[in-house]
Amino acid sequence: MSASLTLFEKVWRAHEVVPETADTPAVLYVDLHLIHEVTSPQAFTVLRERGLRLRRPERTFATLDHSTPTRTEQIFGGAPITVDAAARQVRELERNCADMGVELLGLRDARRGIVHIIGPELGVTQPGKTIVCGDSHTSTHGALGALAFGIGTTEVGHVFATQCLLQRKPRTLAVTVHGTLPPGVGAKDLILAIIGKIGVAGGTGHVIEYRGETIRALDMDGRMTVCNMSIEAGARAGMIAPDETTFRYLAGRPRAPEGAAWEAALERWRQLPSDPGARFDREIDIDAAALEPMVTYGTNPGMVIPIGATIPERSDDPVLAKSLAYMGFTPGEPIREQSVNVVFIGSCTNGRLSDLRAAASVLRGRKIASGVQMLVVPGSQQVKRDAEAEGLDRIFIDAGAEWRESGCSMCLGMNGDLVPKGHYAVSTSNRNFEGRQGIGARTLLASPLTAAASAVRGRVTDPREFF
Amino acid sequence: MEAQGLLRSRTVVLPVRDIDTDQIIPARFLTTTTREGLGAHLFEDWRYGPDGAARPEFALNRPEAGGCTILVAGHNFGCGSSREHAAWALRDFGVRAVVSTQIADIFRNNALKNGLLPVIVEPDVHAWLLEHPGAQVSIDVQSTTLTLPNGTAVRFALEPFARYCLLNGTDELGFLLARESEIAAYEARLGSV
Repeated sequence: MSASLTLFEKVWRAHEVVPETADTPAVLYVDLHLIHEVTSPQAFTVLRERGLRLRRPERTFATLDHSTPTRTEQIFGGAPITVDAAARQVRELERNCADMGVELLGLRDARRGIVHIIGPELGVTQPGKTIVCGDSHTSTHGALGALAFGIGTTEVGHVFATQCLLQRKPRTLAVTVHGTLPPGVGAKDLILAIIGKIGVAGGTGHVIEYRGETIRALDMDGRMTVCNMSIEAGARAGMIAPDETTFRYLAGRPRAPEGAAWEAALERWRQLPSDPGARFDREIDIDAAALEPMVTYGTNPGMVIPIGATIPERSDDPVLAKSLAYMGFTPGEPIREQSVNVVFIGSCTNGRLSDLRAAASVLRGRKIASGVQMLVVPGSQQVKRDAEAEGLDRIFIDAGAEWRESGCSMCLGMNGDLVPKGHYAVSTSNRNFEGRQGIGARTLLASPLTAAASAVRGRVTDPREFF
Repeated sequence: MEAQGLLRSRTVVLPVRDIDTDQIIPARFLTTTTREGLGAHLFEDWRYGPDGAARPEFALNRPEAGGCTILVAGHNFGCGSSREHAAWALRDFGVRAVVSTQIADIFRNNALKNGLLPVIVEPDVHAWLLEHPGAQVSIDVQSTTLTLPNGTAVRFALEPFARYCLLNGTDELGFLLARESEIAAYEARLGSV
């Protein structure tokens, strides 16, 4: 029992219902199952076909985020949801949750929001928990020291019926970040730089633990941004050891433990960080002080460069050529000053209050460039209220941006918030895949600061120009 | 799930690395509440032009791709979103195996639960397959081998339980439901913490 364990191993071991063998995967217990309208309907169908009920409906928590509208009149004003199939999905989740006894934060609920924003915000996401959701960005919750990962719809059905999953134990990758992030460089730039370094398949089969003084110095919003994009490096999950920053964040949240239960939880959570001498299967180091604002130039998040750099030239790489042709970029040209048509601030990556504050800090007293469409979509209704209480909505609206209700929105364009064909979007979201934000849409991933600065000039802009 | 042991087919080749699930099935088709019919939209934006006409040069649109059940794709196939719709779309289209040097974790899990076999081969074998679209290959789950047209058989890794399920048509949910006593005992321990 004296062996040094990693954070991941501690959480994994505590949830083994049946450990793995050479022939069979582990049966892993799931503490919290988050569901949404897009990846759950077929799992409910399987339950019904087999005459099953949810084993633990009280460990299941539902919201509507992916295909929901963001226009206020469509949420609160009785205007219909434009996409018929999306409206059907919303109704189906409402019916499924009512039938199966699952708590749903419905369309008009004041606590609704993107599933990965509201879990931590409500305090249902807690250190040491196993958390799954039919969504790859479930890795976000690892920022609080949970083991959280995305699953497919068949697995959603498994968790419904048994509260368990069959899982092979992943390997571990320690990403240790040293030094102080320079001004204008934040958590988004850090994770983009990490993905650029290890590649979009670099974390496959691994759970990443982010460590080091730079990670410790990040606030919870920043930690969530980092863990969120673990999947973009191919990793199963990303985790950060809980510490006083985590505990301060959780204290007093609606679903966090209280009183004696809080004290007992703190005692358990303080045991979670990786032991000194714990071994990881792989380790890499990152120097934060050397980082610059990062921006993607291609069609996956690993195709990323510092904002002052030029678009790579590799004449022997047809995949790069295909990607640049899609983006309409020429090898060797600077990424700065490329023209921008759309700016999107939001998503489970950068839709939290500190992200909106960062964007607003650039936009305060300024206007976005003429011809630029800018959408600001808070990650949750709570984020929206908090931002409005600080007057951030006025800053965005006065600058010429649209201020919307919460949801996934333009990150994946399921709800009709789309980037037009051929247009360039600087987006604080997580994926720049072909067509992700609309057919033919060209996405440049960046931080909220860079996105806001680019909105002001209508060109890809280093936010440090505004400091 | 039906048992699956041996596949024999010509290959269809997509020599692109990092093919993400947004390409396999774009998000606008995820508003469905069933699993059926997604094959019609498999690789929609690569298969069809803006006018909706099929792009004749795209591998899956070529006449020789008809009836092929084995897809050979570049490194890191299936990265990105967890949407099982990607596996459903491939299966609905008729694909039974995807061969690459790496397949993303969530996609691989989803594939195995839908009788779609992820086959990881060594770079030299992969390079040969990428250069020889239409090659007649066979994939044997029992021996976990892929056999090239010249008769060379190469092994591929397949998680033993996944292999067992594929060969026997075993349903993972049934397996999990049969662990009821262990799950109940675990929950009882949870309650006592």
